[in-house]
Amino acid sequence: MKPILFTQVEGNSTAYWSLLGWLAAFAAAGLGATWYMEHNGHWVTGMSNQVVWGTPHVFAVFLIVAASGALNVASISSVFGRAMYKPLARLSALLALALLAGGLMVLVLDLGRPDRLIVAMTKYNFKSIFAWNIYLYTGFFVVVGVYMWMMLERRMNRYTRIAGTIAFIWRLALTTGTGSIFGFLVARQAYDAAIMAPMFIIMSFSFGLAIFLLVLMVTYNASERPLGDSTIKMLKNLLGVFVAAVLYFVTVQHLTNLYATEHHGIEAFILRDGGIYTALFWIGQILIGGLVPLALLYHPSTGKDRSMIALAAGMVIVGGLAQVYVIIIGGQAFPLSIFPGYEVSSSFYDGVVASYRPSLPEVVLGLGGIATALLIVTVALRALPFLPASLADIDVDPHYVAPPEPVVIAEEAGEEA
Amino acid sequence: MTFDAAKRHLLTGAAAVVGMAIAPGVTLIAPAQARKAGEPASDKVRWGLLIDANKCDAGCDDCVVACRTENGWQGHDRPTTDPQWIRKVNLKDNKTGATVSLPVMCQHCENPPCVDVCPTGASMRRADGIVLVDKHICIGCRYCMMACPYKARSFVHEDTTGQKPYMPRGKGTVESCTLCAHRIDIGGTPACVEACGAKAGKEAMMFGDLNDPDSDISKELSKRASTRLRADLGLEPGVHYRGL
Repeated sequence: MKPILFTQVEGNSTAYWSLLGWLAAFAAAGLGATWYMEHNGHWVTGMSNQVVWGTPHVFAVFLIVAASGALNVASISSVFGRAMYKPLARLSALLALALLAGGLMVLVLDLGRPDRLIVAMTKYNFKSIFAWNIYLYTGFFVVVGVYMWMMLERRMNRYTRIAGTIAFIWRLALTTGTGSIFGFLVARQAYDAAIMAPMFIIMSFSFGLAIFLLVLMVTYNASERPLGDSTIKMLKNLLGVFVAAVLYFVTVQHLTNLYATEHHGIEAFILRDGGIYTALFWIGQILIGGLVPLALLYHPSTGKDRSMIALAAGMVIVGGLAQVYVIIIGGQAFPLSIFPGYEVSSSFYDGVVASYRPSLPEVVLGLGGIATALLIVTVALRALPFLPASLADIDVDPHYVAPPEPVVIAEEAGEEA
Repeated sequence: MTFDAAKRHLLTGAAAVVGMAIAPGVTLIAPAQARKAGEPASDKVRWGLLIDANKCDAGCDDCVVACRTENGWQGHDRPTTDPQWIRKVNLKDNKTGATVSLPVMCQHCENPPCVDVCPTGASMRRADGIVLVDKHICIGCRYCMMACPYKARSFVHEDTTGQKPYMPRGKGTVESCTLCAHRIDIGGTPACVEACGAKAGKEAMMFGDLNDPDSDISKELSKRASTRLRADLGLEPGVHYRGL
């Protein structure tokens, strides 16, 4: 197998610049939405004293979870030594950093006082999982940044494995931290469960790989570089395993809750009576985000069709957003159980399901985060050699065997006869 | 004067000076339990409340009005986003149909989850058990609101008006009942307790030092059983309820 040649994208086409323009416009709109929300106060958003984390948190948590998952492709190459993943490792690390930056941007800009970010950076309560996360997130930039440097700089290539291993361990810690934000909430019926941390890790595998696969396909299509079937097949099969694993964890989470009478209220709410949350769970998360992509990825005919594979990856992303929405907003909409055994009413919405409707500025801020992540990727692909010039099977697949040409076979057959 | 007599004289004088220095503090602290400016809160006291729901009328919200007036958290007529430091909750037993009404505010936990989860330490517990938010370092992340089992905290969703000099508030930060720390520190009682007691025949709320076995609240608590909300969580709230 030839050594892999990495090159920058040319980035002179109208399409490239118009993509940059659109992404920059969305990112700017996100900043505008923040200004609007912070200037007026959060009452102009969908959030309230009942649902305190709204749509921006859904986007932020999704992006942060997906960021650590996007690094998986690089980890499989550097830590587990799989040759086929090596050409993809640089893009994987880049995407991880970009998605984390986009997610953190949304998270910070939705704070009540984003201008006090410096306070969050200088004053710590080390019992807070949020405080740990500040270290885990900033550390991720450093660790993955160094790892990327080891990959890009030829003289440093020999350290790739050790840097990749550290990055892999770090990303597991990071997603554990993100899942534990919810896992450690003792007061809320929907959270307070140790399964949150591993479930978030497997969610990150799935969401991150789906985004990676889509970005890879779009980039190679747009830059007219060859992308072989072996790479696609390898990634889509892995995505299928991750999607199934997410379904498994979700099943265990709900089965455990269904067993305990104490949790029947929240389970009935999410699975049966929750209106929009029930619909998002069954149709968004399970069907669109789980069962349909699984069928598309593994069906003998759609599993070979690139547009169907891309569709499946897109559905995993949509289903993932639905899942995070159900966890964050659905979990808060269900009332706190302060007085078990009583019917409760008050002027502060005790005992009733809280209503929440995403407002435009919240959605725009969330999309601004996605746009920022993609903007970073788009600029970086032009600035540095992240992409292999070719991902054709003959260039990357160590087990590649050129199919014998039919004409030659016919001639040989003729000679033998 | 012999040497011994001189020494004795000096010591007597010194004792008198020390006595004069201490005495004003003693007289201030002893009856009213006030703190001098600059003196830190002490863990020798543990402030708490006893709320007797049997004495609390469903239609009465004097405690809520008093708190709002005292601390200036009036809203903008937007019930979902307006702050509520204290609220009246009406309960109906699912099985028996019996009804009861009671006020709910920050429960001033011994082990407060809001303090645990706060990334900057803005959410904090004073040595005397009062749980507060330092408005200067609150970044408005709202994790404390997610963590509180009592829904005791509010996020300031818009600009504030009519602030009290002793109770700073700020858009984009989280706030909640301070147990009227500003009153307690000069020997007073919380505004809600005062308002409840002012109503003839109603003394549904009692305030005092839970650490002092001779305080009215401790004596009352030792007489008959009381409960604490979500006692199963082990947070050791400073607010006790009766009649639940």
